[in-house]
Amino acid sequence: MSEQERAELLLEIADDELILGWRDSEWTGIAPFLEEDVAFSSIAQNEIGHARALYELAARDLGTTADELAFDRKPDEYRCSQLVELRLPGWEHTIARHYLYEKADAARLERLKAADDPELAGLAGKIDREETYHRMHAQMWFDRLQSEPRFEAALDELRPLVDLRDGHGEELTELWEQMTEVRRSQPAGTKW
Amino acid sequence: MVSEAQVWEALAEIPDPEIPVISLVELGVVRDVEVENGRVRIGFTPTFLGCPALEVMQEAMADRIRELGAEPDVRVLTADSWSTDRITPEGREKLRASGLAPPQPRAEGAPTLVQLESNAFRCPYCGSRDTKLENIFGPTPCRSLRYCNSCRQPFEQFKTL
Repeated sequence: MSEQERAELLLEIADDELILGWRDSEWTGIAPFLEEDVAFSSIAQNEIGHARALYELAARDLGTTADELAFDRKPDEYRCSQLVELRLPGWEHTIARHYLYEKADAARLERLKAADDPELAGLAGKIDREETYHRMHAQMWFDRLQSEPRFEAALDELRPLVDLRDGHGEELTELWEQMTEVRRSQPAGTKW
Repeated sequence: MVSEAQVWEALAEIPDPEIPVISLVELGVVRDVEVENGRVRIGFTPTFLGCPALEVMQEAMADRIRELGAEPDVRVLTADSWSTDRITPEGREKLRASGLAPPQPRAEGAPTLVQLESNAFRCPYCGSRDTKLENIFGPTPCRSLRYCNSCRQPFEQFKTL
């Protein structure tokens, strides 16, 4: 893998984790019950922590900074999956996405852990151990909801989006505007 | 000239910002210390990558090194190098004494829901194993919530990582 290829792979994963982290954090304060408020807030915090570590590694390869990669690109430059960018106010959709994402992410992390690149494999190993708890949480909900027609329908609706990375919808632009609002209000080069 | 032993001693006095009953050395986040020509290089391994205390820990270590009259160089090692197995026995005992159940030793492979739902976790207050998982997630990414059926006390469990 060339440095450029590695950076692109890192950006793809980092974008997934950043955008999903934002979406998960939308449950903070309004989740159906307190346990899930805490769970989604905690998961969001972890995902954004993973995004930062991945952006930092990519930034070194690309000669830039993690913040610039996370916040100074345009919405159409993000490489995230269409699955993570959607605003999903329905609980069955949130859980369906959570389950589908954790499955896909686990497979990706397994491949990275076996990579012939100690930095990539090491970071993947660390992220994977934290993700174990996300997978447990997703599985617990899958077991609870698996025979519910609304949940089944949400899985069918969202499953095709997992691997779609080209072309983003309006919802990513809206999220990007919120996410970068403060940063864009400051002159370029501001130290944070 | 500051010695490595002095640096370790100084770092052992810095409390964890979120769980101040244990020090950064007891938490196991200081991987190595090297002293060369008045520069102190510290290898620091983050706990959870999203932990907001990571910057505070790095700054506290750098400040402490400056107080010793040396130039700090704190390097963050993001490779898979920290696990809860690195928390020292003294650190575990202090966690328990403060009502935070210490992590289980790390098993081969990742922990499973079955393990977390098992009764292998002791209540830090009464020592009973009759405890149950209330929530995988807690007030910080590193903690889960449990409940003791014996003394009816909710408590926090340090996640095994």
